[in-house]
Amino acid sequence: MIAIIDYRAGNLRSVERACRHLNLDCRITSSPQEIRDAERVIFPGVGAAGKAMETIISLRLDDVIREVADRGTPFLGICLGTQIILDQSREDDARCLGIIPGMVERFPATMGVKIPHMGWNTIEKRIDHPLLAGLDPRSQFYFVHSYYPKPLREDDAVAYTFYGIRFASMIARDNVAAVQFHPEKSGRPGLDLIKNFSRWDGRA
Amino acid sequence: MLSKRIIVCLDVRDGKTTKGVRFQGNVDIGDPVAMAREYYEQGVDELVFYDITASHEGRDIMIDVVDRVAREIFIPFSVGGGIRTIDDMYRALDAGAEKISVNSAAVHNPDIISLGARHFGSQCIVLGMDAKKVPVSASIHSGYEVVINGGRTFTGMDALQWARKAQDLGAGEICLNSIDADGTSDGYELELTGMISRSVGIPVIASGGAGTPEHLRDVFLRADADAALIASMVHFGRYTIPGIKAFLKGAHIPVRDVV
Repeated sequence: MIAIIDYRAGNLRSVERACRHLNLDCRITSSPQEIRDAERVIFPGVGAAGKAMETIISLRLDDVIREVADRGTPFLGICLGTQIILDQSREDDARCLGIIPGMVERFPATMGVKIPHMGWNTIEKRIDHPLLAGLDPRSQFYFVHSYYPKPLREDDAVAYTFYGIRFASMIARDNVAAVQFHPEKSGRPGLDLIKNFSRWDGRA
Repeated sequence: MLSKRIIVCLDVRDGKTTKGVRFQGNVDIGDPVAMAREYYEQGVDELVFYDITASHEGRDIMIDVVDRVAREIFIPFSVGGGIRTIDDMYRALDAGAEKISVNSAAVHNPDIISLGARHFGSQCIVLGMDAKKVPVSASIHSGYEVVINGGRTFTGMDALQWARKAQDLGAGEICLNSIDADGTSDGYELELTGMISRSVGIPVIASGGAGTPEHLRDVFLRADADAALIASMVHFGRYTIPGIKAFLKGAHIPVRDVV
């Protein structure tokens, strides 16, 4: 079973619909026990970092999220879920979960691009990753965000995307993988990524 | 590089896609779910469902359409038409829409934008705006006035000022429809689109007037639109999404390849 972590953020149902379309057994849940027992965990999210962290802490989900990430459970962060597994976000100056070392930065307003970064963009692989197996390099993914992940170590970046600047649009370490884009809204390549996740043993 | 988006608009009345045809009024042209699936497979980047029903029953039918679309189509789509309250927004988003578009409700009550942005995030809130060219005056500096009721009611608001205000209130995107160009198939209103798109920091979708792929090329290259809305040029089979994208690619405009 795939646990989709419910912390009252957006896009949970979209992620659930995409999983169901792929005939994957999944459940939206905020129960620490269910998350702990799940075979895999998806950590989605749309919204603001500060409010998200507040809710996660009030639901006592912070420890169990760190625990499953630490214990080797295949783990997929999406959008805001990807940002708050880093150490800290400039959005609301929120202290985040610290699963992968790094910061969440705001796109500078001076780059001459619109914010949010909204629409379809490509990703450029730095290294291969099982979640990207079989995907055409020309594949585009749907993004909508004003802040971007900046892992401390280059080694944790799997793929980059250009939007005014170059940022890490996919990061990963061991059993934790996380994407800034929305695979559940990215057509076939997005569904393929979710399907790859459903078969992934958590090894890079 | 970020692609320019091609968005297909489906007007929905009583659960059917409909289209205004000159001298005939609105004619039903198909099942919105089947049409959405077809455009999804063709590689459209986004869809808009515009509810033109006025009744409560119609609203429930619309939510059902949204729900059925969301089960099989995995690209973003927005819902507009008759959305007035946070509860209306919640229902559409919960049924699977990515964004909601507010138009006349925001003119009457601008706070709906900030309320919606606070509840669901700016990325969910699209300001839909109908604008009409008018003589420049003390109150309408830009020469474009915001209109509602399909262009029949003038609001006294300057289109450029309204766009900036909506951005400040928390709108994440503007869908800008030219009432003068709408339905003509003679091309987008480039002057209006360029003026608004260059004056705000959020994405602008050009709407009204698309008749040929050249019109999309022009609105991207000459008016800096971030996305272009089309309807009849594909609904009646004159053009396909892959055909339009191939043309734009030839004009060196970044578009999404469907692979």
